[in-house]
Amino acid sequence: MNPSLLMFLLFVGVTLGITIWAARRTRTTTEFYSAGRRITGFQNGWAVAGDYMSAASFLGIAGLIAFYGYDGFMYSVGWLVAYLTVLLLVAEPLRNTGRFTMADVLAFRLREPVVRVVAAISTLTVSLFYMIAQMVGAGSLVSLLVPSIGFNTAIVGVGVLMLVYVIVGGMLATTWVQIVKAVLLMTGTILLSILVLSKFHFSPLAFFDAVANVTGSFCADGVARAGVCPDGSAPIVRDFTQPGLYYHGPWGALSLMSLGIALIFGTAGLPHILVRFYTVPSARAARTSVVWAMILIGSFYIMTTFLGFGAATLVGKARIGVVTAGRLVPNQNLAAPLLAREVGGEVFLSFVSAIAFATILAVVAGLTIAASSTFAHDIWFTFVKRQREDEREQVLVARITAAVIGLLSIGLAIALRSLNVAFLVGLAFAVAASANVPAILLTLYWRRFNTTGMLAGMLVGLLSAVALIVASPAVMGVDAPGVAVRHLIQRPPLFPLDNPAIVSVPLGFVAAIAGALLRRDPDAEAAYSELTVRANTGLGAV
Amino acid sequence: MTPTPHDWAAIERLPEFRELVRAKRAFVVPATLFFLVYYFALPALVGYWPGLMSTPVVGHVNVAYLFALSQFVMAWALMAAYVRRARRYDRMAEALVQRLKERT
Repeated sequence: MNPSLLMFLLFVGVTLGITIWAARRTRTTTEFYSAGRRITGFQNGWAVAGDYMSAASFLGIAGLIAFYGYDGFMYSVGWLVAYLTVLLLVAEPLRNTGRFTMADVLAFRLREPVVRVVAAISTLTVSLFYMIAQMVGAGSLVSLLVPSIGFNTAIVGVGVLMLVYVIVGGMLATTWVQIVKAVLLMTGTILLSILVLSKFHFSPLAFFDAVANVTGSFCADGVARAGVCPDGSAPIVRDFTQPGLYYHGPWGALSLMSLGIALIFGTAGLPHILVRFYTVPSARAARTSVVWAMILIGSFYIMTTFLGFGAATLVGKARIGVVTAGRLVPNQNLAAPLLAREVGGEVFLSFVSAIAFATILAVVAGLTIAASSTFAHDIWFTFVKRQREDEREQVLVARITAAVIGLLSIGLAIALRSLNVAFLVGLAFAVAASANVPAILLTLYWRRFNTTGMLAGMLVGLLSAVALIVASPAVMGVDAPGVAVRHLIQRPPLFPLDNPAIVSVPLGFVAAIAGALLRRDPDAEAAYSELTVRANTGLGAV
Repeated sequence: MTPTPHDWAAIERLPEFRELVRAKRAFVVPATLFFLVYYFALPALVGYWPGLMSTPVVGHVNVAYLFALSQFVMAWALMAAYVRRARRYDRMAEALVQRLKERT
C-alpha cells in the first residue's frame, strides 16, 4: 500500500474517533456552533492556527518562494502582521457582543433581518471561494501523488470526510481536528526546516549563499523570460534573496501594496476565523487565543523561508512538478512535498503529503461549519422561523446546510479544477477585507454608523472586489498559442493589478461611511451605548 | 437575547467606564497606526526601491530579508505590550462590574 495513503488513513482514523467522541457532547446550538464555549484560550490558539494555515500557506507560499524567491515571503509577513488587527481591534469586542456568527456583531445595533442576510451572503461567498481553493488543491495533490486515485475521486473523498466531521461532530470535533492538524503541521515544518539546514551544516549564511546562487530573470514588459527580450535587450537578472522576481514592471509595486492591504485587513473579516472566538468562555480567553495563534503562525511563517528557499536550492524549480508522458509539467504546489523527498526520502514525503491532506481537510471542515452556522442562524432562523428558538431544529438545519455546501463545493471544485488555487484564496481575502472589515470596524467604533452604511459598505465592497478580480490579469489575459490555457477570459485585462484590495477596500470604507451619513438612525446610535459597554466590560456576554 | 436590567447609557457616562475606554484608546490607536506604517513600509520599500533593499548586510542576507524578519519581531513585541496592558484593562473592567453589582 502507498505509504502516503497509509499515513493519511491514520489521520482520518484518529480524527473520526474524535468526531464520534464529540458527537456525544453535541446537542444544543451552543454546542454545535461554539463547542459549548468550553475550549480554553491555549487550545483555541492552536485551533485558530490550524484554521488559518491552509493549503495556501503550506503548499502555496513554499511554491511561490521556490519559483520567485524573496517576493513569495511577502505573503508570510502579511499573514502574521494581520493578526495585530484581530488582536487590537476585533477579537475581544467580538467575543463580548456576539454568540455564534460574524453577523451577530453586525446585527447587534443595526436592523436585524437585512443585516443578517447580507452578512450571511458575504460569509457564504468568502467561505465558498476559500473552500473551492482547498479542494482543488487537495484534488491536484492526490491525483499527482497517488495517480491511481484521480482528481474527481480525491475531491469527493475530501468533501465527504469533512462533511462527516462537521455534521456528526459539530464545532467540538472541528476544533479538535484543527488542533491535531496544527500539531502535525508544526512538527512536519520543524523537521523539514532542520533537515534543510542540516544540508548547509546549520549555517544560515551558507544557506543564503546557496540561495543567492539561484537566479531568475524578467524583461522590461514584466514577463519572466531567459534569453533575449522582445525589444532585443537582455533580461534583468535577480538572485533569489533579492526582491522583484514576482512583483516588477509598471504595476509591480502597486500590486504588492494591494496584496498587503488584502492580507492585513482580510484576516479580521474571515468568518471561519472570527467564529473561533465564540468557542472560548471569555474575552480574556479570546485574547489568549490570538496570542498563541500569533506565536504558532509566526514561527510557521518564518520557517516558510527554509521550505521555499530549501526547495529553490535543493530541488530547483526546473524539477518542481510532475512528469507526465516524459515531460515535466511545473506545479508550484509540489515544492514542499518534493523538498521532503529530497531531504528525507520516500517515507518523509509520505509524512509531509499526509500533513498537507490533513491541512486541507481541517480547513475545509472549519469553513463548512462557519458557512452552515451562518445559514442556519442568520437566514433560516431570521426569516423562516421569525426568531422562534428551536434548538433541535436549528442544529438540524445547520447539518443539512453543511451537506448542501459540501456537495456544492465538491461540484464547483470539479468544475473549476483548472483554476489557480492562490487566485481563489486571494479572492476570499479581498472579499473579506472589502466587504466585512469596514462594517465590523465601523459598527464597533463609530456611534454614527447605521444600517444604510452597513448595506452600502458590504455590497460595494463585495461587488467591487469580485468585479475587479474578474477584470484582473488573474482571470483575463491572452495566452500565447501552443501554451496551456491559463486565463478564463481570453482578452487583455481591464484592471492591471492581480489583487483588487487597494481599490475595493477603500471603496468599501467610503461607501460604508457615506451610506451612514446619508441618514440618521437614532436607534442604532442609542444602541451604541450598550454595544460599547458590553464590548469593553463583558457585561451580558454569553 | 434576554433583556438586561442595565441602563447602558448611564454606565457609558460613568467616570470609571470613560477612564477604561480612554486607557484602551491611548494604547490601541497609536499601536494600530504604528503597525500599519511599519508594515506598509515593507511593500513600499521592496516594491519601489528593490535595488536599495537588496543591499547585503551579512553574507548574502540583505536589508529586504532582515526588514521582513523584523516584522515578525515587531508583531510579537506589540502583542506582548498589548497583553501586558490588557491586564490593567481587565482589572478596571472588573472593578466597574463589581461596583455596578453592588449598586443593584
